[in-house]
Amino acid sequence: MPNIKELDVNGTRRRIDADPDRMLLSVLRDDLDLTGTKYGCGEGQCAACTVLLDGQPVKSCITRVGAAAGKRILTIEGLAPAGKLHPVQQAFLDADAMQCGWCTSGMILGAVALLESTPNPSEAEIVAGMNGHICRCGTYPRIVHAIQAASAKGGRP
Amino acid sequence: MKRRDFLAALGGGITVLIVKDDMLAQESGRGGNRQAPQDVAAWLHIGEDGAVTAFTGKVEVGQNARTSLSAAVAEELRVPVASVGFVMGDTDLTPYDGGTVGSQTSPRMFPQIRNAAATAREMLLDLAAQKWNVDRATVTVADGKLISGSHMAGFGDLTQGRKLVRTIPSNPATAPPAQWKVAGSSVPKVAGRDIVTGAHKYPYDIARPGMLHAKVLYPPQFGAKLASLDKSAAEAIPGVKVVRETLASPRPGFGADLVGVVAPDSDTAAKALAALRAEWTPPAAQPSSREVHAYFKRSASGPSTNGGLTAYTIPYIAHVPLEPRAAVAEWNGGKLTVWTGTQRPFGVRSELAEQFKLAEDRVRVIMPDTGSGYGGKHNGDAAVEAAIFAKAAGQPVKRNWTREEEMTWAYFRPGALIEVAGKANPDGTITAWEQHNYNGGSSALNTPYNVTGAREQVHQTASPLRQGSYRCLAGAGNNFARECYMDELAHSIGMDPLEFRLKNASSDGRLVAVMQAAAEKFGWKNRKKTPGRGFSMAAGFEKGGHVATFAEIAVSGGAVKVLRVVEAFECGAVINPKHLRNQIDGAVVMGLGGALFEHIDFADGKIATNRLARYRVPRFADMPAIECVLVDRKDLPPAGAGECPIMGIAPALGNAIFDATGQRLRALPLLPLPAV
Repeated sequence: MPNIKELDVNGTRRRIDADPDRMLLSVLRDDLDLTGTKYGCGEGQCAACTVLLDGQPVKSCITRVGAAAGKRILTIEGLAPAGKLHPVQQAFLDADAMQCGWCTSGMILGAVALLESTPNPSEAEIVAGMNGHICRCGTYPRIVHAIQAASAKGGRP
Repeated sequence: MKRRDFLAALGGGITVLIVKDDMLAQESGRGGNRQAPQDVAAWLHIGEDGAVTAFTGKVEVGQNARTSLSAAVAEELRVPVASVGFVMGDTDLTPYDGGTVGSQTSPRMFPQIRNAAATAREMLLDLAAQKWNVDRATVTVADGKLISGSHMAGFGDLTQGRKLVRTIPSNPATAPPAQWKVAGSSVPKVAGRDIVTGAHKYPYDIARPGMLHAKVLYPPQFGAKLASLDKSAAEAIPGVKVVRETLASPRPGFGADLVGVVAPDSDTAAKALAALRAEWTPPAAQPSSREVHAYFKRSASGPSTNGGLTAYTIPYIAHVPLEPRAAVAEWNGGKLTVWTGTQRPFGVRSELAEQFKLAEDRVRVIMPDTGSGYGGKHNGDAAVEAAIFAKAAGQPVKRNWTREEEMTWAYFRPGALIEVAGKANPDGTITAWEQHNYNGGSSALNTPYNVTGAREQVHQTASPLRQGSYRCLAGAGNNFARECYMDELAHSIGMDPLEFRLKNASSDGRLVAVMQAAAEKFGWKNRKKTPGRGFSMAAGFEKGGHVATFAEIAVSGGAVKVLRVVEAFECGAVINPKHLRNQIDGAVVMGLGGALFEHIDFADGKIATNRLARYRVPRFADMPAIECVLVDRKDLPPAGAGECPIMGIAPALGNAIFDATGQRLRALPLLPLPAV
């Protein structure tokens, strides 16, 4: 398979030249300097690297860039395009739903996708939907509250 | 940077230096010209443009020290928190600091910063009164401005090209917490917006022009020595350089023989690493996690204990900071700059100076706000590696650790064997108490309860794994053993576990207060015992904090579900209620992992639990309902909150399992439950 020459990232066509077998996470961070997407484990266990592909959450550390070509990639940098925070971002700030913040980008994108598919999730649905994400600082209760608050405000920009 | 150079670089305006207590006499005697940076604890500068910048060697790893210290400045200078600049953990720009460790930022740095800001405010008031020739009492300061009658001036308007420096002691009297306006309130996280937008650059994210990427060759097991190395295939890859260097400080299990590859990108570096052909000389036999507690006892120095003690075992566990260790190093004309995530930037500077035989002022360590530490980022392994590779390559080098490296080659919370014995009279009086810790350490080893003639002892042993600090150090293990044994004593005399503790904590009113506060919130007296339900509690104190933890669990088959945790915590005057609650919740969650399932499984010098797929940490589905009760003591100075709140959950759960099942579990992790 030839190298991937272009990605659609945050609504912009970005030129790259990447072996299709490379992981999307590495291309985003190292080639495109989109470091808001975080490495946490490299094996899809912590979801710190979550981005949305055509609206669906994927773990970019185990997603080959070849599988992302031709799809709309949304990273945390693309969530507040005009500087106005997405309701989920605002809710995380308001709820103090972070400590060190390393998991936050992935959490927010996971929550955005959850609210797209389930606009008014119950607490059990939030727990089930977010259980793939690890917050080692243990801010889970606050993240649940943030998602509930964002949901109450419509959950979408 | 020397203090004199730093002051010159700051330019005009007001500078307040806080000098450490024992240095003040010398400071005065030498006319304020001492050059050693070690005597200054912090400083604060107000520029001629009015910009307020504080400087501390403390660092931000998610505990929100940046926010609490900014609030201290805002409190005293009467400026918005958002207008306070804070330079943290940069060895060229901030005063020397021993490290962001031991819950010391709140009790030590917070009052120092407050005092610097208060001093600067008083200087501004003096300047304004002089300039306007008005009674000083008529001058007020609010919202970053000084006002008297029709006069008004910004902070920067008053110094008029002068450079005013004042030196103050670090421990003067400060306004009581009851009068706080900004401090004591829930100030939002400083720079939180940069986190939710992904804009903040963590150490892992730092990039420099021309930067290369490096990976390290590791032995297949701890203690193996490199017998031969064929690097030809690796070096045949374009752009790859293989580097071999001796570490000035050998690392336990790894040694001093550092071999690595440097390449233009991380994928090429990974290919080059795989192309290295290495042969290893295996080490002597090493104990495994199964036999390590007996090994501790066998290898202990000093007098051994008597028989008849009850043994508790604590496994090694991993910090798992979600951001692994990372560093970028850059050499410039014989000066080394390293960006890295560490709780001890000045300690890392010393490691680098030692490695390259450099004067410390030729090394700069910069610590961007980092993706957590929990006591696990005290050293500079990644920084030393990056600097060695950068020197060899002649270009900046990034050295980001993988999760597997982080969980194998960093360091662990020590495993421990803890032995306890005690007796209680039928009326609940404790008549004898003895506790021994092998390998874990001394934190929270001394009982907070009324016991005459208690004997508590640490036994030094050999450790098969590299070990080091972890949130609350040995306190979590020591408190697990003590509080479970207290529960056993209470049951042995048929006394309610809370009553038994209250009776024996009468000399520590703060411990009594948190137990009563948590018991009331939990509804301890009205708990309804039903089959499969367990209710229990634990308490403790450490690092100036007092904690009581109550838990309700459900046991069904072999499964344990933690339903509800109520934790009361008191650490003096509360600086930021919202962030304190966040710390307490986080400590309960992290402690729940150590209590129920975290453990390092190792054998033959290899870590089996070296990935997140093999090492379980708490997730959303593990969460109980957590309620925390803040006991705010405005009459007491603030203590730290990063550690003590973790120590109640493990014994509370161990005791709750006994309440539910009658099984007395004395080994962490508590799960899976042993077959009955």
